[in-house]
Amino acid sequence: MTTADVAEAVPMTAKRRGAQLAMLAFAVAIVMAAYAGVGLGINDQVPAGMLGYGLGLGGLMLAAYLVLARFAPWADPLLLPLVTLVNGIGLVMIYRLEQAEMKGASASNQLFWTAVGVVVFSATLILLRDHRALQRMTYTAGFVGLGLLILPLVPFLGKEINGARIWVGVGGFSIQPGEFAKLALVVFFAGYLVAKRDVLALAGRRLLLIDLPRARDLGPVLITWAVSVGVLVLEKDLGTSLLLFGAFIAMIYIATQRTSWVLIGILLFVGGAFLAGQLFSHVEARFDVWLHPENNELYNRTYGGSYQLLQGLFGMGSGGILGTGLGQGHPDLIPLSFSDFIFAATGEELGLTGLMALLMVYALIVERGLRTAVAARDPFSKLLAGGLSFILAWQVFIIVGGVTNLIPLTGLVTPFMSQGGSALLSNWMLIALLVRMSDAARRPPPQAIQDEGLTQVFQR
Amino acid sequence: MNSTIKRASVACLLMFGLLMLNINYLQAVKAEGLREDSRNNRSFFARYQNERGMITAGGETLAKSVDTKDSKFRFARKYFDGPVYAPVVGFFAPESTRGIENAADQYLAGTHPDLFVRRTVDLVTNKPTRGAAIDLTLVPKAQKVAYDDLRRSGKRGAVVALEPETGAILAMASAPSYDPNTMAAPDKAKAARAYNKLDANDNHPLRNRAIDETYAPGSTFKVVTSAAYLSDDDSRDENTSVDAPDSLPLPGTNISLPNYHGESCGGRATLLDALTISCNTAFANMALDMGYDRLAEQATKFGMGQELSIPLKVVPSNIGKDEGKAALAMTAIGQRDNQITPLQMAMVAAGVANQGKVMRPYLINKIVGPENDEISTARPKELDEAVSPEVAGELRNMMINVVQNGTGKAAQLPGMQVAGKTGTAETAKGAASHAWFIAFAPADAPKVAVAVFVESGSAGTDATGGAVAAPIAHDVMQAVLAK
Repeated sequence: MTTADVAEAVPMTAKRRGAQLAMLAFAVAIVMAAYAGVGLGINDQVPAGMLGYGLGLGGLMLAAYLVLARFAPWADPLLLPLVTLVNGIGLVMIYRLEQAEMKGASASNQLFWTAVGVVVFSATLILLRDHRALQRMTYTAGFVGLGLLILPLVPFLGKEINGARIWVGVGGFSIQPGEFAKLALVVFFAGYLVAKRDVLALAGRRLLLIDLPRARDLGPVLITWAVSVGVLVLEKDLGTSLLLFGAFIAMIYIATQRTSWVLIGILLFVGGAFLAGQLFSHVEARFDVWLHPENNELYNRTYGGSYQLLQGLFGMGSGGILGTGLGQGHPDLIPLSFSDFIFAATGEELGLTGLMALLMVYALIVERGLRTAVAARDPFSKLLAGGLSFILAWQVFIIVGGVTNLIPLTGLVTPFMSQGGSALLSNWMLIALLVRMSDAARRPPPQAIQDEGLTQVFQR
Repeated sequence: MNSTIKRASVACLLMFGLLMLNINYLQAVKAEGLREDSRNNRSFFARYQNERGMITAGGETLAKSVDTKDSKFRFARKYFDGPVYAPVVGFFAPESTRGIENAADQYLAGTHPDLFVRRTVDLVTNKPTRGAAIDLTLVPKAQKVAYDDLRRSGKRGAVVALEPETGAILAMASAPSYDPNTMAAPDKAKAARAYNKLDANDNHPLRNRAIDETYAPGSTFKVVTSAAYLSDDDSRDENTSVDAPDSLPLPGTNISLPNYHGESCGGRATLLDALTISCNTAFANMALDMGYDRLAEQATKFGMGQELSIPLKVVPSNIGKDEGKAALAMTAIGQRDNQITPLQMAMVAAGVANQGKVMRPYLINKIVGPENDEISTARPKELDEAVSPEVAGELRNMMINVVQNGTGKAAQLPGMQVAGKTGTAETAKGAASHAWFIAFAPADAPKVAVAVFVESGSAGTDATGGAVAAPIAHDVMQAVLAK
């Protein structure tokens, strides 16, 4: 028997490292062209720092690539270039807003955090050789996640910024522990659901064509719901609350195949949202704004009004189909356009065309993650990869949907684009986990060469 | 678990699909409305993004855009000699425009269809769009003299000077005026404050009295009455005599129409004398003889009742409705509901000067593209033939006599004959009169026709056309002729 026959017998996944490097170079080239575009748009000059920024980003991504090639050679070749592109476009938009002298926008800061993000990405790949180690830390992850979530409520430590108490001040930095809690909780959900999936899936009785779970199995769902509502009420953070609860429901569905969980989840959520709307004025205000953003009274309201949302919509409308071109619009008119509203700012300058491409890139990242989940070989990996991919898609949906007034606006960062270190680090970590799992999923299984008798040869 | 992961994938696909649909709705379907929302400041900034064309006259720059390099308000609009030209040039404010800035906005902004080729070339060569320059027919020296004469003694009024042969507007001043620079600031609140302050002013500085307002023309209207009377019958000429009693009982009423200050015209007067001493009863009799329709027809032929666009909108003049003989007698001497713009009275003078042909008045001499390429030049057009050349000749002789021997002596110019007619229009019992003067010079080959209007009460209680308005006409005509 020849080696060709062996290859035919067991289909091999290709590493596609050359393609990955080419795609990465392409992504960096697009970002550099965008940098040049900003300068040309503002004062007809290629910005002086462009080469520095370009080489900096290129160097960082090359380092990330080398780590990936060494420690996760079978990983999905598209994930890193796609993330590089989104991260780079975010950097360009922040640079552009900084050029417009927008208060708070700092491209060098964001570049620094991107570098730290790449270090965290590399460190995760180097240190976490087998992600299944995380399964052993299920409950640790759960406690860490909960702890991080309630950290901002600790007196003197937590800080309230823009009405939401989701920040923790450490030294000169402000960090958003909720961003890291998100990762820890998905790990916990995955580990917990793998352990309990059989009982959650099978036990119960059939009522009105729906398989209802046993009352005592509702515990974890109710606890997550209570935590989410707690975040909503105590930290006034609608976004994180919605994000965590949605991710949990999706994962419990993936684990148990039971539609009743989704229905119970939606009922709990709608009930919670309705109650919150009745009890808390800031939740009700969000609904008013969502339904009537054009209302002048809401527009002129100083707190909880529609000014920001409408300015974002104005920006997107003014951008139209092709956009004003980088550096040629007025995205600095949109409050917080470098963080929560960076999508609207991008829409103004890159237009519908640019936003469709951007959403496509996000969709591709999610698709690569979900593909990893399908290809993964054990339930924990499947659930973790599926959960992480879903939470990414869900986060994009919540913030982009909010900014574009598809759903009520809740504050969340746009992954990889919004300015802010915490979100950038946690999302790079998320991608590292996906890369690690895709490496495990695509790595060819050990082949027994039967002609050699009982000798097994492992392939690296 | 793969089947549920696939279902979750479909959910993700749906979420992205919804987002994509929604941004398509926002940026393609709803974009227009969002772009044009008044709360969207981007269209406000866009007003200042391109270099707006200059406004010039006789080689002088009246308005231009200065590059400030500011990212939001790139080009600032500056006006020179603002108050002198403001009634014509207008202003370019954050939310509105006025005057030529409004009427020629598409050319100045570079968005006019005539500039399409230019814009396309600019787009391809990556040059910013620039507006076309507007060159006005105004003669700066005459315009300044007109404004200064009005303003000097705090008069309210208007001066219009026309070139009889073409209809070109050589001067159009209105007082009191304003400085358009105060409203050109790219600051909505500041501009609105400046505007509201001017708008609330009792003297109405924002109104161009030459074309936005109508006034009783007083005795200057007797030129129109004379024109109708002479045209009515070929056998009549300046020596035809008419009844001119000291006081004319108005038919159907128990009041009588006296002459100015109760003066006597000697019972009967020739047309020449009647106009020279401005004999009210003689002209009232002429109108009663002709009837309302004949007088109205003559007024229409001079352009009254028409909505003119020069390209500023001109309020139509109107001699009033047919309301019986008493009213007609008053109309004939420019009183009662007879309401005329100063521009219209200048057109009467210009029509007589141009052998009876009234030319369409215009302000824009030419439009010049950003590369100094001429886009269009004014072509004079005839509005109507008001009177025959013969009648025009008779009228001219009568008006010459007014300046030489009658009420208009203050308008005499050295070395040439001037033709003119004074007017002193009563506005209300006991109130000061409007002072008017219309004239053209030189009488044998007219180069300029003027109408001067000074509003009641702004030049003393005893103001007359001869004493107040004629000297201004003198200065303006001199300034035009010395060009």
